[in-house]
Amino acid sequence: MSTQESRPDLGIDFAGHHFRNPVTVASGTFGSGLEYSRFVDLNTLGAVTTKGVSDKPWEGNPTPRVTETPSGMMNAIGLQNPGVDVFIERDLKFLAGYDVPVIVNVCGHSVEEYEAVVERLADDDRVEMLEINVSCPNVKQGAIQFGTDPGMLTEVTGKCRSKAKNKPVIMKLTPNVTSIAEMAKAAEQGGADGISLINTFTAMKIDIYRRRFVLGNRTGGLSGPAIHPIAVRMVYEASHAVKIPVIGMGGIATAEDAIEMMMAGAVMVAVGMVNFTKPDAVTDIINGMEKYLTDTKTHDIRSIIGLL
Amino acid sequence: METEKIRKRSRITEKELLAPDIYRLSFETDLCSSAEPGQFILVYPPDGAKLLGRPICIADVTSAGSGDAGQRLSIVFRIAGSGTREIASCEKNDILFIEGPLGHGYPSDDDLLKGRDIVLLGGGLGAPSLLFLAKKLAERKDIPGSITVILGYRDSSLDHFLADDFRRIGIETLIATDDGSEGIRGNVLDAMDSSGIRADLIYACGPMPMLSAVKRYSTERSIPAYVSLEEHMACGVGVCLGCVVRTAEKDPHSHVYNARICTEGPVFDIKDVEI
Ligand SMILES: Cc1cc2nc3c(=O)[nH]c(=O)nc-3n(C[C@H](O)[C@H](O)[C@H](O)COP(=O)(O)OP(=O)(O)OC[C@H]3O[C@@H](n4cnc5c(N)ncnc54)[C@H](O)[C@@H]3O)c2cc1C
Ligand SMILES: Cc1cc2nc3c(=O)[nH]c(=O)nc-3n(C[C@H](O)[C@H](O)[C@H](O)COP(=O)(O)O)c2cc1C
Ligand code: FES
Repeated sequence: MSTQESRPDLGIDFAGHHFRNPVTVASGTFGSGLEYSRFVDLNTLGAVTTKGVSDKPWEGNPTPRVTETPSGMMNAIGLQNPGVDVFIERDLKFLAGYDVPVIVNVCGHSVEEYEAVVERLADDDRVEMLEINVSCPNVKQGAIQFGTDPGMLTEVTGKCRSKAKNKPVIMKLTPNVTSIAEMAKAAEQGGADGISLINTFTAMKIDIYRRRFVLGNRTGGLSGPAIHPIAVRMVYEASHAVKIPVIGMGGIATAEDAIEMMMAGAVMVAVGMVNFTKPDAVTDIINGMEKYLTDTKTHDIRSIIGLL
Repeated sequence: METEKIRKRSRITEKELLAPDIYRLSFETDLCSSAEPGQFILVYPPDGAKLLGRPICIADVTSAGSGDAGQRLSIVFRIAGSGTREIASCEKNDILFIEGPLGHGYPSDDDLLKGRDIVLLGGGLGAPSLLFLAKKLAERKDIPGSITVILGYRDSSLDHFLADDFRRIGIETLIATDDGSEGIRGNVLDAMDSSGIRADLIYACGPMPMLSAVKRYSTERSIPAYVSLEEHMACGVGVCLGCVVRTAEKDPHSHVYNARICTEGPVFDIKDVEI
């Protein structure tokens, strides 16, 4: 048998779309690929997932916006982004120079703002799928998030779905809920083509010597290896509650973490914070996954999805 | 597609205690041959539980002695918390991951420097990045103006660390202390005025209150000034948007009134930033 034939197949299908491998990057941890394209061959990724984009530019939060925590970090960037017009003109144009599918992460303060962005991208051939971040603060309804109320999640999913035309709509779930299975079902009920999880855990850090909050926003989202075991549990629970496919993320730092996430039920996986600590981490993870399959004589990565 | 490696294992070739809690480390590395003054590196703490690199200015880059591989890059840092404490606990021949060179340093093109009297203002741990700048400026035979550095310290407890390094380069070096225990009493701007030093161009690195004062000073007198800023960082390469500073105009990259200190900075034209 030639080595060519014995190479394992990393290809997967997600919401009717084929990807060369299951590995994408977590929104907000890879920009639009421009900076990391110096260190990572974007054409080797399963997909690039871009930083959350809104209909108008967002300024984001006061600094400090990031801080380190044991085996992880907290961020309160506040979804700073240049708005969908610049995103289309600049970021999508840049990514079109590569042979890599693009998942666009969308944010908004209101259902109308989500709809506006989805509408702008629905006909764009350069967009493979849309990922809707329902963890943004909902200004109209007060300070709660769309992603923590099942009724509102179903509603915003339905609204985005109806504007997205033939683009798959993936709802990105927050872990800051009592039952992730219930939220997964709410997204499925609204017509989602897939779900992704987890977003960050709301957290707080206090500087005891200066006697003040470390982050300008007081609270921030916890991510990184520290949250990985919780993410695995939530991906397991969510994927068992619905029929639609799952993108699993949360603290993936190694190929083993990614394989574990797939065994828990994820069809695709996203690498987040670890991009910051090792600019070519995602390359090592993809290579490591292939090696795992070879070493364990697993010919098709699809055979490990939801194994447990 | 060709990709670059900017994060590499690097051997510590020298470790020196400069003042209480302030260390100089030199690394053997091929990463920073093109490094410019004002650029920085991320130094990764050795214990795997701390994941993010610590941003530290490049204090010098020199070529290695004959027979040695790579170049020598040195940093000067203070133990400010648990990450820098871990880094400071490393010894000669230990290996750390470093990443760089990152960001944009102090501009020093001929048009900017020509005929100007240059003053470097360093507050506390702002001195290291100015040391590399001073060295590069001193090598430029084409600068007709004078170069002076004023180093500000709170008191004499830090032993005016690095002052002798500036003097060794042959640069006029003044010291100011808040309590007057050494050099001129007052801050670096007081020292500049009381010594009658003229500045046509200012480079400054130090704590934010000092930089804000430099902004007022240089604006009132229309003196061009460049400042090196600090902010908490995660990626160091412009991706996370963690390290921003408010800008006077809309930033061409972000399209809002924010620029990334790690990428557009850490050195900015003082007119461009709200500090
Ligand atoms: C561009 C740049 C250049 C710098 N150059 C130098 C230098 O030459 N010498 C020197 O002594 N210090 C320098 N600093 C400050 C240095 O990065 C911090 O002192 C260091 O990160 C503190 O880490 P820690 O783990 O010891 O502290 P902790 O307080 O335990 O750190 C917790 C987290 O906060 C971050 N953090 C805390 N304080 C700062 C700060 N002031 N700036 C940025 N991040 C911070 C840390 O990186 C870490 O992620 C520079 C900072 C920047 C942004
Ligand atoms: C700095 C930073 C910015 C982020 N920005 C976004 C964003 O714009 N949209 C989004 O849906 N998630 C965002 N996230 C969440 C990540 O996509 C991911 O869900 C989370 O960090 C968990 O993965 P990790 O532990 O591998 O980082 C961000 C995370 C970080 C650390
Ligand atoms: S540290 Fe990430 S953008 Fe500057």
